[in-house]
Amino acid sequence: MSETKIRVLVAKPGLDGHDRGALVVAKALRDAGMEVIYTGLRQTPQQIVASAIQEDVDVIGLSSLSGAHMHLFPEVVRLLQEQGADDVLVIGGGVIPDEDIPALRSAGIAEVFTPGTPLSAMSEYIYAHVKERG
Amino acid sequence: MSDFKTRLQDWQAKADKAASRFPERSEQFRTSAETIEVKRLYTQDDLSGDYLEKLGFPGEYPYTRGVQPTMYRSRFWTMRQYSGFGSAEETNLRFKYLLENGQTGLSTAFDLPTQIGYDSDDLMAKGEVGKVGVAIASLKDMETLLSGIELDKVSTSMTINAPASVLLAMYIAVAEKQGVSADKISGTIQNDILKEYVARGTYIYPPEASMRLITDIFGYCAEHVPNWNTISISGYHIREAGSTAVQEVAFTLSNAIAYVDAAVKSGLDVDRFAPRLSFFFNAHNNFLEEIAKFRAARRIWSRIMKERFGARDPKSWQLRFHTQTGGSTLTAQQPDNNIVRVTLQALAAVLGGTQSLHTNSKDEALALPTEESARIALRTQQIIAYESGVADTVDPLAGSYYIESLTDEVERQALEYIAKIDEMGGAVKAIEQGYMQREIQNAAYHAQMSIEDASSVVVGVNKFRIENEPKPELQKINPELERIQNERLAELRKTRDNDAVEAALTALRQAAKGSDNLMPFIIESVKAYATLGEICNVMRDVFGEYQPAQW
Repeated sequence: MSETKIRVLVAKPGLDGHDRGALVVAKALRDAGMEVIYTGLRQTPQQIVASAIQEDVDVIGLSSLSGAHMHLFPEVVRLLQEQGADDVLVIGGGVIPDEDIPALRSAGIAEVFTPGTPLSAMSEYIYAHVKERG
Repeated sequence: MSDFKTRLQDWQAKADKAASRFPERSEQFRTSAETIEVKRLYTQDDLSGDYLEKLGFPGEYPYTRGVQPTMYRSRFWTMRQYSGFGSAEETNLRFKYLLENGQTGLSTAFDLPTQIGYDSDDLMAKGEVGKVGVAIASLKDMETLLSGIELDKVSTSMTINAPASVLLAMYIAVAEKQGVSADKISGTIQNDILKEYVARGTYIYPPEASMRLITDIFGYCAEHVPNWNTISISGYHIREAGSTAVQEVAFTLSNAIAYVDAAVKSGLDVDRFAPRLSFFFNAHNNFLEEIAKFRAARRIWSRIMKERFGARDPKSWQLRFHTQTGGSTLTAQQPDNNIVRVTLQALAAVLGGTQSLHTNSKDEALALPTEESARIALRTQQIIAYESGVADTVDPLAGSYYIESLTDEVERQALEYIAKIDEMGGAVKAIEQGYMQREIQNAAYHAQMSIEDASSVVVGVNKFRIENEPKPELQKINPELERIQNERLAELRKTRDNDAVEAALTALRQAAKGSDNLMPFIIESVKAYATLGEICNVMRDVFGEYQPAQW
């Protein structure tokens, strides 16, 4: 592993205002040695992808508890691909029914973390899956 | 030394000795507020002060024992289940189902576009239409939502904040069409913008404009809608965001002080609007602390209103509140266990003297509730009311050494926070500086870490797990709804009198730039079938939008 810290964008797509989980995850990833940027609430997929590219992040963590994940999460992946940034690892979390997870995976969301997931599972996943930075 | 003190000391020594042989489960026990330590035993030594001064009688100052003299011996709390999803038609059916099953008041959940003042065809609304509540874009939708429900017979609570005046205007207009005048309707709008900045996130305008809209509602309702609770000052979401019980009380009452200050500064007499202020609290798992919290909140508020604001009407001194059980305590794992959590939380709310109650459904960590799980949640309240006997005497836990001592401690620590926020220049300043937000985030992080290291046990999550759980049946939202809703909007925009809409919105814009009460202008716009998004956009143009500080 290189010396550079992994850079993570924690993002709240859509109109959902539940940010307790996103903020706790952001802090935990920071404590786990990553550089974390939090977008704040109410971001469109376009805004999230623009921030990700501008901040040159390795990972985007999407959080939604409003049920809009099936539209918003895949849209972020699509825009990343469109803009040639598909090496960014995209993961998601929130109130997401199990039956939606296969469809999210095939849309390019690498992993989905649902309620009750230990914070360490997320940081371990990121360390294991982020591509070595060149 | 008194005989009692000697005996108590002897007992302490004996108990210490026992604990040295059989160690207690923990070296220190604490409530949800890390700052409150729970002692091994409470006795008469832990009580202080005069009964009349600290507790009084139910229905009497300082209302520690409840706001009414007979409490649930006369009438149970209002059983008010929060519901709404999908289209106005679907929610109308769920409302009627709940009323038929013995629910006694309505409580409306709106979808996020409605809560943030966007029409469903707005780009910002994409993916969110009808998801966490019902989509209401115009008076047409509101007419459908309330069709067949007699508005002079039912009280309706609406969880709406930034666009509260618009939804209240629609409700008034529908009632009028039913032949029910505004002075005959009753209900509540949440209308609590400060906690949106702190914890819930459905703000639109900056604080100053938001506070004006709120004060306009206070003024208008005092005149025309006297039975409407004009605000529901909410600790619920502060707690859900991760605060402790003490912070929940302190931040809610600090916000309440800011609203009263703003209304008094705008020239309203305190006793003219204060009786219509209502509150909304959470009920979490620490059963006895929750009961103490409700009692402490009542005592603090009555003193603030009487001593700080000089209110003279006893109704202005009474903290009336709605309770919802704690959503963030529900687990996705073994969801049936949530029925038990909800029962304990609901019981705490009842023993704490709530005026109305929503019990969460067992599946809410996974999705919106199904009809079946919503029914079990309602039945939980009915069992507490009709079978448990706890409602047969007023404030049954008063005089418990622990409850009274804990009530005092919650009060003491909440007052410290309130004093600190006063020093910062009040709640609006404290929020603008991110003070409340930081305090809550720190508590949330702390709570999560204690689950991670298993110093807090969550049954079914970090202990007593089962593998390969069966999947419960979940409520689904019609994926076609967004398209259907957008077609309806297009149709409305074609068929309404667009000149009348334009005229009403122009008048609203002028009024927003000045200082007139905006309610009459909003009512006119709504009646002309201007959409929620159009009305909110006019005000966005004039007031601007709130930009939160960066994390």
